[in-house]
Amino acid sequence: MSTPMDTDLTTLDAAELGRRLAAGGTSSVELTQAYLDRIAAQDDVLGAYLHVDADAALARAAEVDAARAEGAELGPLAGLPVALKDVFVTEGVPTTSGSKILEGWRPPYDATVAARLKAAGTVLLGKTNMDEFAMGSSTENSAYRPTRNPWDPDRIPGGSSGGSSAAVAGGLAPWALGTDTGGSIRQPAAMTGLVGHKPTYGAVSRYGLIAFSSSLDQAGPMARTVLDAAVLHEAIGGHDTCDSTSIDAPVPVLVKAAQEGARGELAGLRVGVVRELGGDGHTEGYDAGVLDRVRETVELLAGMGAEVREVSCPAFDLALPAYYLIAPSEASSNLARFDGMRFGLRVGDDGSHSLEEVMSLTREQGFGPEVKRRIVLGTYALSAGYYDAYYGQAQKVRTLITRDFTAAFDDVDVLVSPTSPTVAWPIGARVDDPLAMYAADLCTLPASLAGLPAISVPCGLSEGLPVGFQVMAPALTDDRCYRVGAAVEAALDAARGSRFLDQLTSRTEAAL
Amino acid sequence: MSTPSPQETTESQAPAALGREDTPGLGRDDVAHLARLARLALTDEELDHFAGQLSAVLDAVAEVGKADVDDVPPMTHAVPLTNVTREDVVTPCLPRDVVLAQAPAAEDDRFRVPQILGEEE
Repeated sequence: MSTPMDTDLTTLDAAELGRRLAAGGTSSVELTQAYLDRIAAQDDVLGAYLHVDADAALARAAEVDAARAEGAELGPLAGLPVALKDVFVTEGVPTTSGSKILEGWRPPYDATVAARLKAAGTVLLGKTNMDEFAMGSSTENSAYRPTRNPWDPDRIPGGSSGGSSAAVAGGLAPWALGTDTGGSIRQPAAMTGLVGHKPTYGAVSRYGLIAFSSSLDQAGPMARTVLDAAVLHEAIGGHDTCDSTSIDAPVPVLVKAAQEGARGELAGLRVGVVRELGGDGHTEGYDAGVLDRVRETVELLAGMGAEVREVSCPAFDLALPAYYLIAPSEASSNLARFDGMRFGLRVGDDGSHSLEEVMSLTREQGFGPEVKRRIVLGTYALSAGYYDAYYGQAQKVRTLITRDFTAAFDDVDVLVSPTSPTVAWPIGARVDDPLAMYAADLCTLPASLAGLPAISVPCGLSEGLPVGFQVMAPALTDDRCYRVGAAVEAALDAARGSRFLDQLTSRTEAAL
Repeated sequence: MSTPSPQETTESQAPAALGREDTPGLGRDDVAHLARLARLALTDEELDHFAGQLSAVLDAVAEVGKADVDDVPPMTHAVPLTNVTREDVVTPCLPRDVVLAQAPAAEDDRFRVPQILGEEE
């Protein structure tokens, strides 16, 4: 099935697609087919998906179309395709978390967020590629294949939700879910020119999210616009009795916040620019182009009536070492469940190896290098005798970081910074240099450690590649991120005369 | 390529110098010991490679030691945690066949695992 270029469905945002579906201008089958066609044409190069089941997607789309034809009352998401990061378990649909240890596994249940999207009538296009167990910032740690950035196929799409970011930016999905432990939604969104939001910790259920670092993991939306991200977030958010860390509070009102923000009404908003994240004396490792775009965006906010001031959060300087002790420690414990006994790979079970040998051989063969490094590091940090100096100390630093946020939010409503110190780097450049890879998370880690909401919105190009602008807010005020993000997006779109991703579409068309 | 035998997996064989303060970084033996504790059968090649990389990472993360944390309580979670219990009512669980269908090995409606106890036990 082909659609004329002037109405190419795969370049439209989800809100527009939803309007067309509701008005009968297109069908879910037509829409789903358009995305499947694009996946078939592009994904050999991009590597955004680990699993696509075209027949299942089309059958599901036909169901929704039939329900609509029968006059059933459908929600606003009904019939819209969606992609899920492969870290979410999906009933009967292969789920690997990017690891060989789960190759071929078909989970017997749905993650809560997957179930909620299913109940809302969405069509699952497929499962997207990721760094193995979400450990990485480039998606090169996928055990299957690297994912490429639609803006430049020789560069990384960010990570660990790089399959989701490449899929949405490349027009292989209208929107997608990612997960963010230390920046894994926001950084890939920044690298590919998307909007990505990490919700307040506990605001979105973690049930059925394959655990990496349980005190940090959060699921969230990745989309082409702030409004789309808000719609997707509202659909997955809210209390879940299956997740003991789920916050029992109403789903925040985010769509309205995004709509209000787009009108640019920011008078009285107090914005703090974090000195430690790219400010004076803290520019080492940052691209000049990134800092320029962020500074221009701050000026834009001031022009819309926001009161801008610089804020110092000294403990943020220790966010990176604290995170790379806490996350590996929790991972070394969480990943103990992959022992080859109840699901997934089993190696050496031939009668000549003991139970422990089978476990060790299974994990040796099933895990990739970064996962092994983090398990060893986490095991060390938790060892008797070293616990206080490493894991215990990191937890105290986590308190200091949270105190810095609390003090800052006494004076300002939101904090802003670059999302990533650099634009997308060439594939392979950091793959065997853990510290260089970890440095990519510098700006996103503080909000992760404090459990706060943070959004990344595109704020321009540097070297022809997208730059992300991060907005952080106090716990359970995710609406502030959407409000400010939408204001930035609307002002930049108006100045440009087009949406951010239209720059990629026109570039791709020019290259054809 | 060799893999450590589980017979070596005893606490008494822990390298005495593991992480000792006057020898920062992780040596090859340290990594091998930690890998055994974590049930990871690393190859010789991996042991060599990881020892260098992890020493560099450990140096970097040791920066947390610079923070003045006297009287600072540790933070384990971003939200205050309380024990959560559900109503004590019977709810359906996953069917046994569905779960066992995804097991690496199953026998007699159970997970089949390698022998755990020795013959004489």
